[in-house]
Amino acid sequence: MNNDHPSEFREWQPRILAFLCNWCSYAGADLAGVSRLQYPPNVRIIRVPCSGRVNPAYILKALQDGVDGVLVSGCHPGDCHYLTGNYYARRKFRLLKELLDFVGVEDGRVQFSWVSAAEGAKFSQVMTEVTEKVRALGPNRRLAKRIVKM
Amino acid sequence: MITLTINGVSIQAEEGASVLGIARANNVWIPSLCQHDSLSDYGACRLCLVEIVGRGGRRKVTTSCTLPAAAGLEIVTESERLTRLRRTVMELILAGCPHSQGVRELAEKLGVKPGRLETNPDNDCILCGQCVRACREISQAEAISFGNRGVDRKVMTPFGEVSPRCVLCGACVFVCPTGSRLLNLAKIAGEEPRALLSRFDAGMTSTGAISRPFPQAVPNVPAINRLACLKLNREACGICEKVCEAKAICYQDADRSRKLEIGAIVAAPGFEPFVPDHDYGLGYTTNPDVVTSMEFERILSASGPFGGHVVRPSDGHAPRRIAFLQCVGSRDVSCRNGYCSSVCCMAAVKEAIIAKEHERSVEPTIFVMDIRAFGKEFDKFVERAKSEYGIVFKYSRVSDVVRDEKTGENEVIFADESGRLQRERFDLVVLSVGLEPSGDTRRLARLLGVRVNEYGFLWTEPLRPLATSRAGLFAAGAATGPRDIPETVIQASAAACEAARLLAPARNTLVTERVYPPERNIAGEPVRIGVFVCHCGINIGGVVDVPAVKDYAAMLQGVAYADANLYTCSQDTQKLIKQRIEEHKLNRVIVASCSPRTHEALFQETMKESGLNPHLFVMANIRDQCSWVHQQDPEGATAKAKDLVRMAVAMARLAEPLQSVSLPVTPAALVIGGGLSGMTSALAIADQGFDVCLVEKEKELGGNLRKLDRTLAGQDLQALLQSAIAGVRKHPRIQTHVGARMREIKGFVGNYESTLSNGTVFKHGAIIVATGAVEYQPEEYGYGRHRKVITQMELSRHLEQGLKSALSSVVMIQCVGSREDPRQYCSRVCCSKAVQNAIRLKALYPQAEVRVLYRDLRTYGMREPYYAEARDKGVLFTRFDLNDRPEVIWNGKSEKPTVLVKDPVLGLKTALKADFVVLSAGMVADGEANDVLAKQLKVPLNQDGFFLEAHVKLRPVEFATDGVYVAGLAHGPKSSDESIAQALAAASRACVLLSRKELEAHGTIGDVDPERCAACGLCEKICPFGAVTLEVQRIGRTDRLLARINPALCKGCGACCASCRCGAITLRGFTDEQILAEIAAL
Repeated sequence: MNNDHPSEFREWQPRILAFLCNWCSYAGADLAGVSRLQYPPNVRIIRVPCSGRVNPAYILKALQDGVDGVLVSGCHPGDCHYLTGNYYARRKFRLLKELLDFVGVEDGRVQFSWVSAAEGAKFSQVMTEVTEKVRALGPNRRLAKRIVKM
Repeated sequence: MITLTINGVSIQAEEGASVLGIARANNVWIPSLCQHDSLSDYGACRLCLVEIVGRGGRRKVTTSCTLPAAAGLEIVTESERLTRLRRTVMELILAGCPHSQGVRELAEKLGVKPGRLETNPDNDCILCGQCVRACREISQAEAISFGNRGVDRKVMTPFGEVSPRCVLCGACVFVCPTGSRLLNLAKIAGEEPRALLSRFDAGMTSTGAISRPFPQAVPNVPAINRLACLKLNREACGICEKVCEAKAICYQDADRSRKLEIGAIVAAPGFEPFVPDHDYGLGYTTNPDVVTSMEFERILSASGPFGGHVVRPSDGHAPRRIAFLQCVGSRDVSCRNGYCSSVCCMAAVKEAIIAKEHERSVEPTIFVMDIRAFGKEFDKFVERAKSEYGIVFKYSRVSDVVRDEKTGENEVIFADESGRLQRERFDLVVLSVGLEPSGDTRRLARLLGVRVNEYGFLWTEPLRPLATSRAGLFAAGAATGPRDIPETVIQASAAACEAARLLAPARNTLVTERVYPPERNIAGEPVRIGVFVCHCGINIGGVVDVPAVKDYAAMLQGVAYADANLYTCSQDTQKLIKQRIEEHKLNRVIVASCSPRTHEALFQETMKESGLNPHLFVMANIRDQCSWVHQQDPEGATAKAKDLVRMAVAMARLAEPLQSVSLPVTPAALVIGGGLSGMTSALAIADQGFDVCLVEKEKELGGNLRKLDRTLAGQDLQALLQSAIAGVRKHPRIQTHVGARMREIKGFVGNYESTLSNGTVFKHGAIIVATGAVEYQPEEYGYGRHRKVITQMELSRHLEQGLKSALSSVVMIQCVGSREDPRQYCSRVCCSKAVQNAIRLKALYPQAEVRVLYRDLRTYGMREPYYAEARDKGVLFTRFDLNDRPEVIWNGKSEKPTVLVKDPVLGLKTALKADFVVLSAGMVADGEANDVLAKQLKVPLNQDGFFLEAHVKLRPVEFATDGVYVAGLAHGPKSSDESIAQALAAASRACVLLSRKELEAHGTIGDVDPERCAACGLCEKICPFGAVTLEVQRIGRTDRLLARINPALCKGCGACCASCRCGAITLRGFTDEQILAEIAAL
């Protein structure tokens, strides 16, 4: 996040990365936009074809890079554009969660959600909840190799 | 443009514009209660005071809304004096209007507390005059104005009388900052205003005269409701034109007539839900807590009127007990809808489950005559609704719903199965309304000159289910009768097939191909990125500091050029982008604007026209994900926009040109199965000019059709059989192989080579699976042990051939081998077959007692009137439960069998002596044969052994594996007309593929690194499209087993990449390096 403002002037803001699948959650984000549903500006989005594309290594890398929270969001069960990608994603994140638990990354830093293309309101709600949850957890210090000042 | 100074900052502005507006546009806050962007400035509230700094530092106080901008003007918006003055004004306003939310909030913001002055608690008007201006300037109605003088001054109609000039537009109410009670439209106009209701939200929300029809409309742009628009009706308002910076509003647009030369017409005007009016009863028009299933659907929707919370309309509380009343406006001759609407049972079950998922405390009860879960996998869904969700089904007839005004409960009065009247109380009642032909359908039918059936649905030929009464005109979907999504989709493809059959010779004759300049080879060029940041009018520029984002982008590594544009998607800007690509030798382009989902294709087109590979384009979404959703935080939004651009630059630096692979297509199809479906598909494909190889495992063509005599409506199926066989035999493009099976199927979409068991080798591009199913061979009810226990097929044969002696009693038993373990599905056709045979029996032997023992009678759609006919003719229908099923007993083999069944009215077991016990045996998949074929084709079967399509609703004839399609009984039980429709649909989908000369595989596909691949096979296992296979490949001088991705089958989901343990697979366009670079750039 760029440092246009000296860090002492702004309170700490969580930096959150979201992987959104192109077909559902990214479209849900667009719908939130079109509907002008407001949410905190802390989340940066990476568009992926499918939540099944998200390699757990990306999440670990993001945490190492000092990101405070990661969200992966895909299509609702049964709605995957690629039939089963979101199920693969769900399985991967179940395992990853255990690993994160084991190494002491707080519950809530890495979250998973289903948002459909029609759920603009839900998207904005998820964004707000994720931001507030990560804000409550405070800066990510467990895996971060590079602590960035805001 | 002139320059003025606000709080010491120089600002460019239009001369004469209001200083308040300029200050707000530059994020300087000035309080105001009487200003509105769409209205003239008036200076009523006196809150927007500012100081003009004059010569010598003298400061003059004035209202900023009425102050026109002039060159050199110096304005101060915050000072001690201003604060003091504003507070005084605010205190007066607050005292005059103490209870208005808007006034109180602003007072608090200005630090004004109530209490010093005497207040007027009844007043809620601050005399800001916005309503008066709106009425004059927007509606041009001048229905209200200020009346009286001094302390008596108030907003009123002339003489306080009803104003005939009021048009009930509600502009005054909309702009009022205090929500004043004075603006009572009913009093002003003398009639109740009616809201413009949203059709999409089933009339549960209101909408504007210009609005997007629904969140995912295509095209997703607002449209003007010409009946409600003030501009179109009264030459008034015109606000939308004023505020639209893109100048997209055109009031002059009108309907135009165009002449088209066409060869075929497909009519698909859809249906309308039944509206239970006052006469219909059940209280829909008077009871707020009686809603239709369409309304309940919106109530359950996350984007619906209650945000997805299950609430009842009357009081907004969560209902606990919900009743679903089925067959409202269906199966009901009182409203002349004698047919079954087919979809409402499942819709109710689905809604009950979703309601339960939203709110665990909900207790749904569904009042049914029959649960008509006849579709594929529907019965399993109903069983889950019962066992997992505790949803209660009550066999009953509902007579009325009565509201208890005291408690708000609704009493459902119904007759239970024994005929006794019962009452039960519910919080909410959902009416499962049926499907009716729309008014448009009748109009269209008249216009097209085609017949409609007795209910007003478009009439189609019984055994050519898409053909209307006029040649070349086809009809599809619910306009021809109620049907569910998969049947509708099937019919749509089938109608396309019928049209294409007529038009095949003209295929591709109207296509103009686009020619692009040759692609520039950028190999070895240093990265030169061009970044175009879009203002999108004020959509982005109004929140995000676009120039700052542009300057920031220019500093990033690899960026050779950065610019900001007003509308990057405009035609001029496309030209400009092309120019800049040339001038600055750009080899990557980033547009920071809106969503790639809507605009990526447009910019990629520009790339291609500039000779650049479209995959060298990257988009940063700084509108939908930034300016629009962080409107209150310009600083945060700008910071985020910079981040998004930086991430895009990181991604673009690593972007590579991706080439799409073209593969030739063999224009021929293999059809497996020579029954009704297979022959129909083969003929439809061959008629479109493609070679077909038709393979039948039996010695003769025809399959199950050979055993069928007539349809329910009486069409001769043997005549159909003979004409189909003759058609197939004499068609020059069809080669038929009977008594043959598939030995080997090699290849992939567009390029198959198959070998039959008779040694024939055939090259083809598509495969249609139409292998059918077989009649269940009953083991229950004494079948095979007593010769008077027969199946429906056997009874049909007897009736066709004539019986030796008259019959006095026949008992039919339904669901034999269906709807219970191990076959938990409905065979769909047996109820209609039983009704058909019962009617025939009654016609032949009017004195005979014919009794049908059923679990749920499923004569769906237009089959229902035959059920009514059977009852009219005296056929008796008795329902039984699975745990209290009938028994068939007999003493000696020569004696007539007796059926013991519990009579639900008497509650007692009764014994029925029968000349024949007729078993409605279900359909079963040919498990073993299907298993073998499924493995050869790499396509899945469901747990009942039927082929499993790609999507049960939306892709009912395709498999996830491209190039393979399914039709007929191989997909699941269905009637002959439904098989024909599905066979045509499969042929249609196949011909879409076969009519292409080449198959272009898109560029974003998986790529295997042979050095890293360990051939573990995980990718092969998880690929849902069968695109990955382990094959022996020659790497250098050794042969190694490696994963290979077929570019024609890969859809680019990336599941294999994310699962590869060795990191050997990457997804082009979304490589690990690119995504990690994006993460690192954050």
